[in-house]
Amino acid sequence: MKFRNLIASVLLATFVVFTPSAWAQTEIQWWHAMEGALGETVNRIARDYNASQSTYKLTPVYKGGYEDTMTAGIAAFRAKQQPHIIQIFDAGAATIINAKGAVFPVQDLLSKHGVGFDANNYISGVRSFYADSSGKMVGMPFNSSTPVMYYNKNAFQKAGLTLPPATWEDFEMRVAPALKDAGYVPLAQSHSPWIFSENFHSRHNLPMATNNNGFGGLETKILYNNPGMVTHWSKLKEWQDKGFYKYYGRAWGDNQNGFVNQEVGIWLGSSGSFGGLKNTAKFPFGTTYLPYWHAVTNKPTNTFIGGAALFAMSGHSDAEYKGVANFFEYLTKPEVQFMWHRETGYVAITNAAYELAKSEGYYKDNPDAEIGILQLNLPGGDHSKGYQLGFYVQVREVMYEEYDKLFAGKQDAKTALANIEDGANKLLVKFARTYN
Amino acid sequence: MKRVTFSHSPIPYLFVLPQIAIIAVFFLWPSFEAIQLSFYLEDPWGLSNEFVWFENYQTIFEDPEYVGTLIATLIFSLSVTFLSLGLAMLLAVQVDGLLRGGGTYRPLITWAYAIAPAVAGLVARFLFSPQIGPIYDLLNPDGEPPWFEPALDSIDAWVVITSGAVWRQVSVNFIFLLAGLQSIPRSVLEASRIDNPSGFSRFWSVTFPLLAPTLFFLMVINFSYAFFETFAIIDTVFPFGPPAGAASLVYKVYVDGFKGADLGGSSAQSVVLMLFVLALTVVQFRYLEKKIHY
Repeated sequence: MKFRNLIASVLLATFVVFTPSAWAQTEIQWWHAMEGALGETVNRIARDYNASQSTYKLTPVYKGGYEDTMTAGIAAFRAKQQPHIIQIFDAGAATIINAKGAVFPVQDLLSKHGVGFDANNYISGVRSFYADSSGKMVGMPFNSSTPVMYYNKNAFQKAGLTLPPATWEDFEMRVAPALKDAGYVPLAQSHSPWIFSENFHSRHNLPMATNNNGFGGLETKILYNNPGMVTHWSKLKEWQDKGFYKYYGRAWGDNQNGFVNQEVGIWLGSSGSFGGLKNTAKFPFGTTYLPYWHAVTNKPTNTFIGGAALFAMSGHSDAEYKGVANFFEYLTKPEVQFMWHRETGYVAITNAAYELAKSEGYYKDNPDAEIGILQLNLPGGDHSKGYQLGFYVQVREVMYEEYDKLFAGKQDAKTALANIEDGANKLLVKFARTYN
Repeated sequence: MKRVTFSHSPIPYLFVLPQIAIIAVFFLWPSFEAIQLSFYLEDPWGLSNEFVWFENYQTIFEDPEYVGTLIATLIFSLSVTFLSLGLAMLLAVQVDGLLRGGGTYRPLITWAYAIAPAVAGLVARFLFSPQIGPIYDLLNPDGEPPWFEPALDSIDAWVVITSGAVWRQVSVNFIFLLAGLQSIPRSVLEASRIDNPSGFSRFWSVTFPLLAPTLFFLMVINFSYAFFETFAIIDTVFPFGPPAGAASLVYKVYVDGFKGADLGGSSAQSVVLMLFVLALTVVQFRYLEKKIHY
């Protein structure tokens, strides 16, 4: 009996593997960096896509964090074993977009093998980030988020406050002293380069680098040592000394935990953190825009998107590229985007998906989930479209080093920013030479 | 004089072949690649490259951060070597002197070696965590402002990394030292006992010199452990990177090469690292080994 069962299952397995339809399917490999619940949602997208058609079989493969995935893709490309689709994060964008011959730009891909590509279908904040110097979209925006402010409503009530701060002046004069007196650490944030440096420039419409923030070419210089940044970072140090701001180190989670444990009143994190906070924070919290300095601008602009995009890698057959195009079209369908937005907290990247979420009344029940998109859709300026800077992962490393030394009281803000410019510009020169 | 020659069978070569093959594939070949890459500016995708002589080396040595990392790594490696050897020696001498119960202590002290460096790092991370770490609480009894902050202060961070690295390494040193102690002839020890009643001075004048070959071997091993293998500990204690000034050389190779995709610079760093450890080993053999009697 047992033996017969075994034979039957072997036969069945053979049959399943070699059924004609499975045989004819073209396999599409998708390497991604989404772990945990996010990875589950990626698998769900792949399952739904595979169920929706029978010509292609999409296989998602988790490759570790963002950097690990990029490195795996680079190693695979060098060994000519590259996947069809790879997820590359914002700081790695310049590395892949400038690699002529490593990617099949999504705009060309969809024009050749799909129904075409219209940038106007995308919300304005994501249109330019993954484009090359001629404005052609190279990457397909996928998981997109932006930094926003979360505040503990109980803490605000205890401190006798009703409104969150809209400007940093307001924070310093009104909010921080009240929160401190109520026994809270007024402020924490989870990513100094992303929130307090890159998006500091987009929020105030200040140039972050020459050459149109690096989109114009490789001979670019970073412009971090500007009066706005010097003021901001000097204030942060002053606030740290006064007990208005606490730096918990580089780890994202350590800073977020301060807020979740109700030690911290205001936390700056990602719009994508919303889903996680809803589960872990045992208190009512509100979400609002990133503050700005009134002294720097009275017309605050939109913030950059963060997150990652999908790139089609070169070296595959037309039949496979048809599959990639087919999947990209599926991925941008409003229902799929809305599901992704709802499950993960990342913003919906197409206007149609955003309209769908609105018409289904999603934001009536979850007004906080809309803040990210609203902030991305704020009126933009010349300098708030994005940035494209080479070796940017190491540039961020330089920033962390210098900011650490600032918070440890080893140097002042002006020195830190001068050192960042110096280190970053050396890296940019090296990057330009490497890619020429 | 007549030369004595033996006819060799090729079989011994066959036996060492697998080992040689492994060394060639996993050590010689990557080292050669690293040396080659360190002379090039190459984009990560391998689409173009340019031969730049020693420019990558020049860049790293002009970087004050790199020189600082080099000094910090050297101090760290010395501390790990001496602390783990010292502690292991203390434990081994104590266990060796036991008449009963040695069988219980030996596995208790040894088991930590079965732990991978990454897991040792995780243990250190939990023990020193600001949220749940008992050692963190112990070191910061008053709370605000904390006196011990490994996430912010480089010296505190090094303390955490060093304790993780030492904790794991003590056990391997313990095994070797205990074996070394037990191989010292009893007659020598008994004779010295008649001459000198002080246990402490007996240890330094008789036991320690007899242990020297073992200690020397362990010193070389520990040094390269501290240089190369502690990467996993740093990476698990600080998944987002250690605070400024608490990265080791091998961690920097990883950050620049693996995360930052700067192949030339990272290769130059790993060549420097190789040469550095090679030089240290040569120095150890040259000067220390002369003082040792086998």
